[in-house]
Amino acid sequence: MSALPPLLSVEGLTKSYGGVHAVRGVSFELAAGEILALIGPNGAGKSTCFDMLNGQNTPDAGRILLRGEDTTGRPPRAIWRLGVGRTFQITATFPTMTVRENVQVALVSHGRRVFNFFTATQNFAREQAGRLLDLVGMGGYADRPCGELAYGDLKRLELAIALANEPKLLLMDEPTAGMAPRERVELMRLTARIAREQSIGVLFTEHDMDVVFEHADRILVLNRGTLIAQGSPAEVRANREVQAIYLGEGLVYDARHREGAGA
Amino acid sequence: MAFYVAQFLTGLASAASLFLVASGLSIIFGVTRIVNFAHGAFYMLGAYVAFTLTEYFSGAFGFWGGIVAAALAVATLGVLVEIVLLRRIYHAPELFQLLATFGLTLMVEDLVVLIWGPSDLLGRRAPGFKGAVDFFGQSLPSYDLFLIVLGPAVLGILWLLFQRTRWGVLVRAATQDRDMVAALGVNQKWLFTSVFAVGVFLAALGGALQIPRDAVNHAMDLRIIVDVFVVVVIGGLGSIFGAFVAAVLVSELNAFGILIFPKISIILVFLVMAVVLIVRPWGLFGKREAPARRTPGLTVNPWRPLTSAERLAVCIALLAAAALPVIGGNYAVTVGSEIAIFVIFAISLHFLMAVGGLASFGHAAYFGLGAYGVAFLAKMAGLPMIACLLLGPLLGCLGAAVFGFFAVQLSGVYFAMLTLAFAQIVWSVAFQWVEVTGGDNGILGVWPERWASSPSHFYWLSLGIAALAAAGLRILVFSPFGFALRAMRDSPLRSEAVGINGKRVQWTAFVISGTVAGVAGALFAYLKGSVFPDNLGIPLSVDALVMVLLGGVETVSGGIVGAIVYKALNIWLVSQTDLSKLVLGGFIVLIVVAFPKGIVGTLEMIRHRHGGGSSEASSETRLMGSRIETAE
Repeated sequence: MSALPPLLSVEGLTKSYGGVHAVRGVSFELAAGEILALIGPNGAGKSTCFDMLNGQNTPDAGRILLRGEDTTGRPPRAIWRLGVGRTFQITATFPTMTVRENVQVALVSHGRRVFNFFTATQNFAREQAGRLLDLVGMGGYADRPCGELAYGDLKRLELAIALANEPKLLLMDEPTAGMAPRERVELMRLTARIAREQSIGVLFTEHDMDVVFEHADRILVLNRGTLIAQGSPAEVRANREVQAIYLGEGLVYDARHREGAGA
Repeated sequence: MAFYVAQFLTGLASAASLFLVASGLSIIFGVTRIVNFAHGAFYMLGAYVAFTLTEYFSGAFGFWGGIVAAALAVATLGVLVEIVLLRRIYHAPELFQLLATFGLTLMVEDLVVLIWGPSDLLGRRAPGFKGAVDFFGQSLPSYDLFLIVLGPAVLGILWLLFQRTRWGVLVRAATQDRDMVAALGVNQKWLFTSVFAVGVFLAALGGALQIPRDAVNHAMDLRIIVDVFVVVVIGGLGSIFGAFVAAVLVSELNAFGILIFPKISIILVFLVMAVVLIVRPWGLFGKREAPARRTPGLTVNPWRPLTSAERLAVCIALLAAAALPVIGGNYAVTVGSEIAIFVIFAISLHFLMAVGGLASFGHAAYFGLGAYGVAFLAKMAGLPMIACLLLGPLLGCLGAAVFGFFAVQLSGVYFAMLTLAFAQIVWSVAFQWVEVTGGDNGILGVWPERWASSPSHFYWLSLGIAALAAAGLRILVFSPFGFALRAMRDSPLRSEAVGINGKRVQWTAFVISGTVAGVAGALFAYLKGSVFPDNLGIPLSVDALVMVLLGGVETVSGGIVGAIVYKALNIWLVSQTDLSKLVLGGFIVLIVVAFPKGIVGTLEMIRHRHGGGSSEASSETRLMGSRIETAE
């Protein structure tokens, strides 16, 4: 009969706050292993969209299907259980634990061992935690207190935590915000590599157009709550509407900036 | 009908003082985030100073001048306290300021007895408001009418102060985001000091204005502080208008509760508060609090299980403790039993606070429930002691399961206040349900059986159970459950995002903690041979808090040390001096200023530093001081 349903399928997502339509009828699909960027000017509805996808917000209308299963309105922890990992715009980690313990907590939850009262966590899934940390290049920091990490390292730790449940889908809210330019490129290359190797679908929002055009397979452009364009980076770059509403000055600035940096 | 109207007006008059004190507490909390436990003490001082001044100066001017002068004098004292004490601890771990202000309260309680004597003092009537007004056959004191007008008048003045002055704008801004206000170049130090002064002035004025209505005594601070907490929480922390509405509500509930529900009049207010908190978690007029920024530079060293050398040291210490009956007499051994029991109680709360990040202000409820559980089983069912000790704590477990379910829906100060309300409800039931609990007379004759009745045997029993409880809770801290609980404390957002059902984890921790507290209560019933409503009272809950904070809330086992030090000191001081509260309060304040991380936290810091090489003893405080300054 029909083929496997798409990894993520969003149908007519709508949300308004009071009289403000934050998101109106947004629909798109995301395939396994695909890296999809959600862009748009401030206030376009990216965060609202994101919060509905990860369960922190309930849509007024529309459906979110994960491999054909309706996840609309479920709490974040239930969505995580279905194989969705996520990172936050401002990193959320456990500052009083070591780096390894941060990953171990996620593994404990993934292994459904939260209500285990007696065994020592120290040795719980230690190798697996080590592998995840090695994957994001944090293996050498495993015993460091998480509260001491630099911001870029925290972002990589978050990625390791998000990968703990062997996700099929990664939701990354402004993954490179607050990072130095070189760190941005490294983090996104790492993410892209992991996504291709493990066939994980990635949806991310981003303000840095360099990052978006370099790493995204496809781009969604949101403006005032509606999807005004979607397609490959080349298509989106060529789209007049996008240029007019959103990219215009940004591209000019970015191009100049890059020339300057390259010289 | 006229009677009810008169009753209503009396309620309104009581609301005036309550509102003054509550608005002061609310303003102080809004800006400095300090839950000022000493607010009741300032209220009491206001009353005492006003009493002296109005006795000394005669005439109408002497009276009214005395009232205002008293409030000003106490406000000056408040400024002194803020500069000398609170400024040093704004960046200490949360709730540490509560400990400091609690220490202050203890000191003030002894000081007023020292200065004004222990008996009630009857103040002068207010000149111009000495008579009563006839109100359809009901006589109303005219002073009450004055107070009814005063309440809204003060509300109006405060509103003008906050809306129309530059200072008011700064205070409102700081209430929303004090870091941003500091970043904008406002001198935060003096803003905090002035806010504290205004808050204390209002509290003292509230106390001073009470002298024509009520006798002044040295217990009025605790009575008002509980009412004021309730008012502030119902109204919403930081909302002046909310404090006014809630003060009226609480006063009317008190006025009419006695008429309509005499049986449950005491708990009516707490029932209302519990309902308000469950329906509107931030109070009637409060706003959801923005999550606090983490204090910069406050990195906590991740907790470690004990090394084998440390385990050996603990075993040796335990053996040494077990040898107490060999060295000490019966008195020392009985004191030892009491300390062991309080260690169990303290670690149960420490588990909830340090690991779960949930500060219960009413933990004595579960201690007391365990004690009553034993008393019921022993006296009514006639069960043997072992059965009682095993089953009695289940009452604490049950109470924790029911109350904890609602409490963990909230967090921070609101969680604390809801647990306080539940504890008060349990206390009132024990106090008023005389047929079952014996009321104030308690349940007597709960003695241990022969095998445990000698002081040394009972001591070993208590010590053994304390060691088991401590070991069990420590295992729990490092178990997957303990990590999930800490995860919830560190970042609820991330915990939820990795699939942890945080509320269920916290609720489970609450039940475990309540059960362990119940075990302590069960032993305590046998130690004392009796159970009283005091076993679930607020003072006992506060004792537990002090023990935990004293030991150090960022440590794994600080509760043990805190309990031993506090309880031993307490018992020793009571036997040595009549001014035990003064000394104990002074000690607590000293500890807070010198060791803001608690006893165990400080020891750990010193040990880490020694590991790093530096070993200068005084660098401790200097480091702390410099950190606080950079944070400012």
